[in-house]
Amino acid sequence: MKPSVWVRMDTWVRHLVPVGVTLVLLLLTAIPTRIPGLSGIIPMLPLMGVYYWAIYRPDLLPAWSAFLIGLLYDIIGGTPLGVNALVLLSVQGIAAGQRRFFLGKSFMVAWWAFGLLAAAAAGATWLLVTILYGQALDASPVIFDYLLTMGLFPLLTWTLARTQMAFLKEV
Amino acid sequence: MKQSGAVGRLATLRLLAQRFAFVSLVVAAVALMILGKADIVLIERTRTAVADAIAPMLDAMSRPAATIAEISESIRELANLRAENARLKQENLRLQHWQTVARRLDAENSVLHDHLNVVPDPDPAFITARVIGDLGSAFGHSMLLNAGSHDGVRKGQAVLSGEALIGYIAEVGDRSSRLLLLTDINAKIPVLVENSRTRAILSGDNKARPKLNYVAGNPSISVGDRVITAASGAAFPPGLPIGVIASTAEGAIRVEPFVRRHELEFVAVVDFGLGGILPFEKPAMPERRRRASDSGAGN
Repeated sequence: MKPSVWVRMDTWVRHLVPVGVTLVLLLLTAIPTRIPGLSGIIPMLPLMGVYYWAIYRPDLLPAWSAFLIGLLYDIIGGTPLGVNALVLLSVQGIAAGQRRFFLGKSFMVAWWAFGLLAAAAAGATWLLVTILYGQALDASPVIFDYLLTMGLFPLLTWTLARTQMAFLKEV
Repeated sequence: MKQSGAVGRLATLRLLAQRFAFVSLVVAAVALMILGKADIVLIERTRTAVADAIAPMLDAMSRPAATIAEISESIRELANLRAENARLKQENLRLQHWQTVARRLDAENSVLHDHLNVVPDPDPAFITARVIGDLGSAFGHSMLLNAGSHDGVRKGQAVLSGEALIGYIAEVGDRSSRLLLLTDINAKIPVLVENSRTRAILSGDNKARPKLNYVAGNPSISVGDRVITAASGAAFPPGLPIGVIASTAEGAIRVEPFVRRHELEFVAVVDFGLGGILPFEKPAMPERRRRASDSGAGN
């Protein structure tokens, strides 16, 4: 028997949750915080979203949506178009490709792997922007971004896991 | 057996298709980077259109954040009320002296203007816009404003916070625009060191203190000198304050701008009736070439 229209619509909406949550994370990073000393340093929240969903629900955040989220990231952030698109796409590809390694592993393993991947992503972004601008950028804010991102990872993973349990347990 | 073979083939095909899609997305990203480097108008239009579309969302989200920031700010202010009061009293004394000087100079100036028949500077029109997006990223210092070409914002217009220049408009959409801060790596502003009238270009490099490049002549620049906009290039009206010289060590002269980035909530986009800095504008194509390229695009 085919499921009713309402059930199908419900599933469809639930399936939009990963992309929606990652977009909200992106918009959150763009809010002017007005905290002295913190302007200029922001955690890479969209990267965490893409990483999490690529491991646990790669079917709901496929490569092309990572690409589009990256494009939006570039547009809001004013980075050269395509930089974050390429970085998030690669993160999605690597995380989704290695997801068998993560499933069933402890949280520390996920944190450690994210540390490696986020460092590579931050380095790649820095390198791409440096090449496109033709001059070396100051690397210290990138390092602070990275450290802040690593510190926020447990909190964000917990939030994302709760979201997944709430919306995507059965579908 | 036959059926499972078909299923296997299908799975391989699907995997191949996925790989192909991934590779083409990578190629697309690289192509976008190269196209963006070539300053294609279409790319800029797309950027502004998307920024326009998300501007209302960012606008709504930035309001509660502003309220929270205000509350935390007022708590901080309460904490050092006494010290602040003493500082302000001292400053007030100093400013009252300056006011007397300024009044006298103003009177003298207007008399001299009358004598010399000076053409007055045009009165500026301004638009107050709200900062709705600040990605504060390590890769560029820009902000999204909630005013666009509908509100009269044009590319290249100066943006002030209080009296100080903080940057200029780099991209304009219908309802949103992008403010390029003068610390951004792409910002270049003609300036003047006030005391010695030395001309230079203030160029940002994504650090808190931008550099002074192309310093003209044999300057005697010392720490604490004020830096103001220069009239050269007809970009901005002369005399807008920018900052003070912070260090002159080893050839790299750095300027401490007056703008405090985390305090920007409302900014003034000012139209002085001048051209402004037009970072991405290109000269119009000759008539014949344009026609040729139009027909080329049609094909």
